[in-house]
Amino acid sequence: MKVLVPVKRVIDYNVKIRVRADGSGADLTNVKMSMNPFDEIALEEAIRLKERGIAQEVIAVSIGAPQAQETLRTALAMGADRAILIVADPSFDLEPLAVAKLLKAVAEAEAPDLIITGKQAIDNDMNATGQMLAGLLGWPQASFASKLVLREGTAEVTRELDGGLQTISVALPAIVTTDLRLNEPRYASLPNIMKAKKKPLTQMTAADFGVDVTPRLEIVMTREPAGRKAGVRVATVDALIEKLRQEAGVI
Amino acid sequence: MPILVLAEMTDGKLMRDPTARTVAALSPHGDVTVLIADAQTGEAAEMAAAIDGVSQVLEAGSTALAHQLAEPLSMLLARLAGEYDIIAAPATTTAKDVMPRLAALLDVMVVPDVIAISGPDQFSRPVYAGNAIQTVKSRDRIKVLTIRTSGFAAAGTAPAASIRTVAVPDAEGCARWIADHRADSGRPDLTAARVVVSGGRGVGSRDAFAMIEGLADRLGAAVGASRAAVDSGFAPNDCQVGQTGKVVAPDLYIACGISGAIQHLAGMKDSKIIVAINKDEEAPIFQIADYGLVADLFEAVPELQRKL
Repeated sequence: MKVLVPVKRVIDYNVKIRVRADGSGADLTNVKMSMNPFDEIALEEAIRLKERGIAQEVIAVSIGAPQAQETLRTALAMGADRAILIVADPSFDLEPLAVAKLLKAVAEAEAPDLIITGKQAIDNDMNATGQMLAGLLGWPQASFASKLVLREGTAEVTRELDGGLQTISVALPAIVTTDLRLNEPRYASLPNIMKAKKKPLTQMTAADFGVDVTPRLEIVMTREPAGRKAGVRVATVDALIEKLRQEAGVI
Repeated sequence: MPILVLAEMTDGKLMRDPTARTVAALSPHGDVTVLIADAQTGEAAEMAAAIDGVSQVLEAGSTALAHQLAEPLSMLLARLAGEYDIIAAPATTTAKDVMPRLAALLDVMVVPDVIAISGPDQFSRPVYAGNAIQTVKSRDRIKVLTIRTSGFAAAGTAPAASIRTVAVPDAEGCARWIADHRADSGRPDLTAARVVVSGGRGVGSRDAFAMIEGLADRLGAAVGASRAAVDSGFAPNDCQVGQTGKVVAPDLYIACGISGAIQHLAGMKDSKIIVAINKDEEAPIFQIADYGLVADLFEAVPELQRKL
């Protein structure tokens, strides 16, 4: 089977972002960027399917600035067979609806049996692209997966829900979005990083697809969250209980 | 402005708290209709009709809607969508599964985790793990939202609104439910609890985590955990508080052995009072804690439990 894995280049999860004083957004100049952690998990799962002989080909796709090419090279170094880069206007973060429409076009051209993507990107925290893509394609979806078992023509997926776990079965082709505990992604080895430079990477532009990517949500302002007032240190458990009872009145 | 709220359901039972908080967030902005969709609906519909601010309840009962699978639910909502300006649901895992699919079917964007509504088309939401708040203006005709319920108080009760039955479209039948594996703790629900006691990597083991649960039970609190504690197997997945777990805003949050990574803070920094107990006085959690106690939690937590 063929597996498609959308990956996103985002600000590294260890970076504490700064909000620009003029309210125009987060300051991304000279900030370390990496592959979205949930997408690494998606890619790892696809590569494991290939290693077990279930998948024949793993295709990584990314949409965004030309620098997303680096993210795709990482994907190729981890084990993806080839990559597709769709370059879009880097002046704004494409919305999940636009991304889902572009991915729909890719899915129709490539006809994968399975699409595995991260449950959310850690920059816009939307948690929407996989579900939107499933809706546009009319495919079933299994979101927040912590376990994936492929059987003849179906995927059995255990999902992480608020009240515990749920197992569902979806007919292929389907879309699975990954939760944190699905797997532990591997690191790319140096020889594989070198080999990845020779793997095919097809480049296209969003305009090639005739998809309207105009944002539906106009960003009016981005601001810092309200700060908390400085707290106090207490020396003993007794002092803590006293503060919680008398000052805060919460117990 | 007509508004449709998808009620949060579990096995035919209404989850009143998240639903009532969502109603409270939206009822100042228009006429709220609540949709009860599940295999069984009768009791839940009556309970929803008595939530203050609800003007009508729609009851959609069908085995196709059991277990809240995204395909039949989004199809039902899409069929009802034409009559509403806003379609919203509490930002639970069910809604996060269903609402983006619905939005795509309607060719509109979804606005997830709304924490403030400043007009019929203007919404604020946290981004970058809660390190920035973004205000967006929607250009779409129908606004599809999920509401971060921790920021809104639950609506009270009122005389019952009318209940109307709606037809359920035939299911595509492409996803099939197999099993649920619920963690039934008997403690208050994490997202609705007034007090939360959380443990992190510093707790050290599954056995030692019983100490966190003991303190929680003493306070009638819910038990939370950091991702590190969950990944190490000290606590179950559904206890995880953070960007990728649950978002809570209780009156009192007690963080034990939690360093305070960005990812964790995103899930609890709107708590009214934060207490940190940690032996590392440099731990970032102390920067947001109202009361910090630098101590060995294996001594401090049992002592706290004993003296409360």
